[in-house]
Amino acid sequence: MTATGIGTDAAAASVPEERTLFDCRDSWAATIAEVARADERVVVVVNDSVGSSKLGPFQKEFPQRTINVGIAEQDMVGIGAGLANGGKVPFVSAAGCFLTARAMEQIKADVVYSQYNVKLIGQSPGVAYGDLGPTHHSIEDFAWLRTLPGITIVAPSDPEETAQVVRWAAEHDGPVYVRVSRMGVPAVHAPDYAFVPGRAVTLRDGDDVTLIATGTTVVRALDAADALAADGVAARVLAMPTIKPLDDDAVIAAARETRGIVTIEEAMVTGLGGAVAQVVVENHPAPVRSLGFRDEFAVTGSAEWLLDHHGMSPSGIAATARTLLG
Amino acid sequence: MAALAPLEKHAGLVHAVTTTLLAPPDREIEVLGRVPAGASRAQAVAHLRRAATEVRRRAVQTVGTAGAGHIGGEFSITDALVTLYLSVMNISPAQVERGDPERDRIVLSKGHAANALYTTLAVGGYIAPEALRTFLQPTSMLNGHPARTKIHAVEASTGPLGHGLPIAVGMALAARLDGSERRTFVLLGDGELQEGSNWEAFMTAGHQKLDRLVALVDRNRLQQGARVADTNDLEPLADKLRAFGWEVVEVDGNDVGALLDAYAGVPAASGKPTFVLAHTDKGFPVSYMRDDVAWHHKVPSAEQVTQALTELDAVLASIDTEEKPA
Repeated sequence: MTATGIGTDAAAASVPEERTLFDCRDSWAATIAEVARADERVVVVVNDSVGSSKLGPFQKEFPQRTINVGIAEQDMVGIGAGLANGGKVPFVSAAGCFLTARAMEQIKADVVYSQYNVKLIGQSPGVAYGDLGPTHHSIEDFAWLRTLPGITIVAPSDPEETAQVVRWAAEHDGPVYVRVSRMGVPAVHAPDYAFVPGRAVTLRDGDDVTLIATGTTVVRALDAADALAADGVAARVLAMPTIKPLDDDAVIAAARETRGIVTIEEAMVTGLGGAVAQVVVENHPAPVRSLGFRDEFAVTGSAEWLLDHHGMSPSGIAATARTLLG
Repeated sequence: MAALAPLEKHAGLVHAVTTTLLAPPDREIEVLGRVPAGASRAQAVAHLRRAATEVRRRAVQTVGTAGAGHIGGEFSITDALVTLYLSVMNISPAQVERGDPERDRIVLSKGHAANALYTTLAVGGYIAPEALRTFLQPTSMLNGHPARTKIHAVEASTGPLGHGLPIAVGMALAARLDGSERRTFVLLGDGELQEGSNWEAFMTAGHQKLDRLVALVDRNRLQQGARVADTNDLEPLADKLRAFGWEVVEVDGNDVGALLDAYAGVPAASGKPTFVLAHTDKGFPVSYMRDDVAWHHKVPSAEQVTQALTELDAVLASIDTEEKPA
């Protein structure tokens, strides 16, 4: 195991030892520099988060286009909107917890309601800052942000998808929120993978049950599908990189074609789980089980440990899936 | 009120509006436009005073017929709005329509003065005067707070306080990145300065030495429920801004000539943003409203509207008298 981030304590490791794990921030940092070289409108805005956003090399290459406002998130997001007014393509990069919680009204009014072309990069979201505690967790971001009309919410699951999402965000004209995790994840997408916003990716086909995962939980869903396959259960695995707009068609097909859906997210279940449940209930009622965090602040633990503890280990996911099979 | 056919698509409104219309004013406001090129200072002052008085005449009738608005704070900021739109700023309806990147930027951070903004936009030729009859009416583009997505001339949607200054800082940073001389103006309420986000942005603007940024505070000394000094005092305000790296210019904010002079001197100091501390009266110049906290959002009765018009017509008459050659 290549320990590239936090949350790699051996006792909690729930992925095979031989996997190479990647810190998606490296992919983000390389790609934002790449798009900045190609498009001089691209700037980054940070809250003393150059290091935690891995933007040291970017700042060195583009000192004028690295705007560090200090520890001032409301200012940071408002400045992003103003830069967009001036024709820039600002990537506002900060720890997801502070970016979304501290500056929520700026995100709502200055960026989304105003429909400014601002990219919000939630660094180390979910429980990536595991044992730093709930103040530093960003498990509410999906639920909060998906209430805002006109924002696209994306959680890439591996380095290649992270790179593609950053490139897409730079091209797309409109508000985008992207989660960039520091948790070690393996490559989960095929070499010829192409990210399409608003579209689910069928990573594994199956008609017994559907596992819908996003971001860091995709690899866990794949491992759970392996465990289920060993029992003769064919699990469909949908990676759902785009939380909003949701791929309703893929969700409805899963509700129709399999015996139930398990959602798995490093977030409050009112994020992906809530979104999927609403689509299912309104279109093709079927059993849904939502794995994630629900109505509690997480106890102390590393990121990996917390996901395992909250039923999102591969065996935990498989156990929940089995409850849908009668 | 009467239900009417859809209004024509007005210059400056993103969509045509279908709505009920408020009763018409006693006379429709005239599109006075900018101070003519080559005007003497006395002619410019007369033009701006006339425009400001016409804006107040129209705005008080709008509030009276709509039954809602923030007339006190609208009357205190009217002179600043008119001076900027009709004289100081490099801006025109044509520049706004074609999205001229070199136009000066303005943000009305105290968005509750929307009626004053809309009426100023009508006098300046940015929206049709008849559109004012849709203020607050169903589906109107003229919200109680200005929306960028509904009116081209609105650079940022405002309403929640403490948002405009960070956005303006972003606009000024974008101009600097472009190597542009364009200026950014932001109009703040004094009560609004209790919002901490302003102080984040004051720090950033001072640190960044944004000397093409001008913030005007409408120092009418009253907030919604009480005097600012009795609520959460701002003093010593000028000293605070100087300590934050701003050049402070104090001016009678209800004197368009004094405002013209203040803006003519921008940047007041090289390498420093300019803070125009504009001493105003809420409700200026109407006798029964002036400096009375009740007029934050009180709606004038028909008799009070008539009295306001009588007082404002006396101002117009005095401008005519002063303009006549001796």
